Amino acid sequence: MRQRDVIIVSTVLMLLIIVPVIVLTLLFAWRYRASNKDAVYTPEWDHSTLLELLIWAAPLLIIIALGALTWVSTHKLDPYRPLERIDARREVPPDTRPLTVQVVAMDWKWLFFYPDQGIATVNELAAPVDRPIRFEITSTTMMNSFFVPALAGQIYAMPGMETKLHAVINKPGVYSGFSANYSGAGFSGMRFKFHGLSEDDFEAWVKQVKAKGENLTREKYEALAQPSERVPVQYYADVAPNLYDAILNRCVQPGQPCLKDMMDQPNHPHAARARAGKTDALLADSMCTAQNTVQFASGMRSPPGGGLTQ
Amino acid sequence: MDLVKLIFGRLTIEAIPYHEPILLATFAGVAFGGLVVLGAITYFKLWGYLWREWFTSIDHKKIGIMYVILGVIMLLRGFADAMMMRLQQAISFGDNLGYLPPHHYDQIFTAHGVIMIFFVAMPLVTGLMNFVVPLQIGARDVAFPFLNNFSFWMTTGGAVLVMMSLFVGEFAQTGWLAYPPLSGVLQSPDVGVDYYIWALQVAGVGTLLSGVNLLVTIVKMRAPGMTMMRMPVFTWTSLCTNVLIVAAFPVLTAVLALLALDRYVGTNFFTNDLGGNPMMYVNLIWIWGHPEVYILVLPVFGVFSEVVATFSGKRLFGYASMVYATVVITVLSYLVWLHHFFTMGSGASVNSFFGITTMIISIPTGAKLFNWLFTMYRGRIHFEVPMLWTVGFMVTFVIGGMTGVLLAVPPADFSLHNGLFLIAHFHNVIIGGVIFGIMAAINYWFPKAFGYRLDAFWGKCSFWFWLVGFYVAFMPLYLLGLMGVTRRVSHFDDMSLQIWFQVAAVGALLIAIGIGCFLIQLVVSFMRREQLRDDTGDPWNGRTLEWSTSSPPPVYNFAFTPVVHDNDAWWQMKQHGFRRPEEGFIPIHMPKNTGAGIILAGLATVCGFGLIWHMWLVVIIAFVALLAVAIGHTFNYHREYYIPADQVAHTEAARARLLAQNG
Repeated sequence: MRQRDVIIVSTVLMLLIIVPVIVLTLLFAWRYRASNKDAVYTPEWDHSTLLELLIWAAPLLIIIALGALTWVSTHKLDPYRPLERIDARREVPPDTRPLTVQVVAMDWKWLFFYPDQGIATVNELAAPVDRPIRFEITSTTMMNSFFVPALAGQIYAMPGMETKLHAVINKPGVYSGFSANYSGAGFSGMRFKFHGLSEDDFEAWVKQVKAKGENLTREKYEALAQPSERVPVQYYADVAPNLYDAILNRCVQPGQPCLKDMMDQPNHPHAARARAGKTDALLADSMCTAQNTVQFASGMRSPPGGGLTQ
Repeated sequence: MDLVKLIFGRLTIEAIPYHEPILLATFAGVAFGGLVVLGAITYFKLWGYLWREWFTSIDHKKIGIMYVILGVIMLLRGFADAMMMRLQQAISFGDNLGYLPPHHYDQIFTAHGVIMIFFVAMPLVTGLMNFVVPLQIGARDVAFPFLNNFSFWMTTGGAVLVMMSLFVGEFAQTGWLAYPPLSGVLQSPDVGVDYYIWALQVAGVGTLLSGVNLLVTIVKMRAPGMTMMRMPVFTWTSLCTNVLIVAAFPVLTAVLALLALDRYVGTNFFTNDLGGNPMMYVNLIWIWGHPEVYILVLPVFGVFSEVVATFSGKRLFGYASMVYATVVITVLSYLVWLHHFFTMGSGASVNSFFGITTMIISIPTGAKLFNWLFTMYRGRIHFEVPMLWTVGFMVTFVIGGMTGVLLAVPPADFSLHNGLFLIAHFHNVIIGGVIFGIMAAINYWFPKAFGYRLDAFWGKCSFWFWLVGFYVAFMPLYLLGLMGVTRRVSHFDDMSLQIWFQVAAVGALLIAIGIGCFLIQLVVSFMRREQLRDDTGDPWNGRTLEWSTSSPPPVYNFAFTPVVHDNDAWWQMKQHGFRRPEEGFIPIHMPKNTGAGIILAGLATVCGFGLIWHMWLVVIIAFVALLAVAIGHTFNYHREYYIPADQVAHTEAARARLLAQNG
């Protein structure tokens, strides 16, 4: 756990200054109490260049050290950065293919797609130990945060957007995962178990999902997408094509325009230029000016999804 | 359109939560208490007195006191919420779902946060600045006395709206910052978020205007000789705080206005679809939210600076570096907002930048702590109650500072974000900093405001219960946070965590006793006021100008504007054998009381209530009336009067006799 090391090192660095401050506070409070007439009393003493240099320099030095640690560790532990090591001793072998899991935070449960295995689960996540996992994360309506403390740090799950997280589990076991960002009434029950399994057990788990599971069609997904709380584990042996992509682009229901296709709509004012590759003109186009008033207004009036019918 | 709907909008009898026993009991209690108070006021024929001397008063001292009373009353409400949460989390494990369903629990933690920040900490801090700053700079009032009264009543109007949500409808279930999409109209169609929006908008007007007012007061109305580098440190920190208010609160107003448009008009600023983006809201609200933290804490840094110098009987160590540290914090507070959402997916370089800017703030803050430390060094420290709070603060606050810097390290934050570690951290700095500071300030300036000291025994009880209670309540939360337990959860499965929540609940109970001791302290001090009376006006051997006048100060504060030669102006005057002028008084020009502020704020509150319930007729009438009264008030040409020289001479002579009696 590299994050734990960062926490410990930072804490120790700060204790270098915190402990003396606390000790000195209590010491001065005792020593210079009014009843102690032996203590020196200098009512007009209010300045010492040396001391003031020291009290600005000491925290500054600590912050320089901490800042360097922050810069390096933030880049090294960036959740978007593919892993380089499996643990402290082993590097990721060059031909390793990470396990991809697509995570959807729903109201109020978790849906996990395994695109390579062609399966999906609700409120249960499994991965083989020592194999890097690449999470692609989105949400249906609320802002959630995908968090398995034993596995990695958290990252927000947001509708219409995808965040990424790279992680690896080193020890087989069952760990808890949950949403770490409050998302409404069912938030407290939005929990799942994360199973760290050996490669063989993982294969067996996939087989079990395939054997027990039903087919996740778009209709079934829409039923699942209705708000519900404390949902039991569910398995899906098969998944409708491009379902995750449709969720991410907010176009599961037939007739909804996909976010990623918005620019391609023929009557969108940006579309023609975008196709012609004149992307630099887009910025000017996105503002309403005297030259493009009519074009701008007609673009605004066209109903969302109007382009799909053509 | 049917008439009932036109008048009542979406308000129906169903909106009254008469089927919820907890709320019903609360309502019965509040209604009974309220009737007793109102009855007593009527019985003792106090309405006229209250209206003339307090509600319509434009005297900065009385407005300051009313702000503090508002803050203390709302503290009781906000703390009741805290106790309910602690109790729920202490019992809600495994099969036991606790006594609060999520619908209720989620309102409670939202209300707790909103109330504690906007209607406890803000009024208390604003009240202190209002009371103390004009006295410290040798002024007779603030720059815009009517505006000051109006600001106070707008803040109160916001508080009234929040309190109404308890018994009419419901409050937001979104967390105290109401992030969309959760706070959007699709996900939260009920009135809760609308209560949130309009309560904060009404109160926000008050806060902003009061910020403008105090800023102008400090810049323009200082006594002759008080250059910027001779201002007392509390005035300096107030200046910086009001700069922050003026720059930050419009952002809050704007972002809430955009959210209101999304909810009322169907725009898509922060929605999931049609180009809206909730991340924009998160950024905007924290561009206000982070400076807000410093708005609260800078004034109490000033309080500690005054208290530590006074009770150590010594000049403040490193005045200049204290001032520069304050200014540096003011500027830096605008460069750190992103640290509230490292986990939203910004790149490593962006996160590191904001992490490091955050850490840099700890440098001036650390310098301040050392300055207080070296003020105590070689002093003669009298451990009166304000000084106890100060030492308690110094020890507690550094721990909160340390955990704050830890949270600023992005990789650590990825584990600790939104967890109980974070909760423990900000309670550590807000209780250990802001609340301790306000308690120190109340104990310190109370004799100035009322002419008698607060009882020290109950003050010490209050201090020790608060201090111990804080550690018992929040150290377990630090631990739980390190174990990965997240915030805002109303039910847990992992039984091994329960013991820590039970310990935390005991801590909250200790704090409750601390608050009880404070209330007893107020009552006991009032009963014993003759023994505790201070006729000198300077009970602590103070250093700044407020201690040079009588306690309570006369309406006009100073018969003659003092001339300042030192940053410890009163100390220097005492050292040089200052003698009070006893003749040559001239008439004093003062502003007149007016009821316009309370009427305007009342109409704004009605307008807000109408907006919440879609009572469009009420909204239109209230708004038109608001404009009419505001315009009407501009035609009021009788806003000032002169206190005759005789009367000033009489007041000052009475004080001279008192001082002579005391030798």
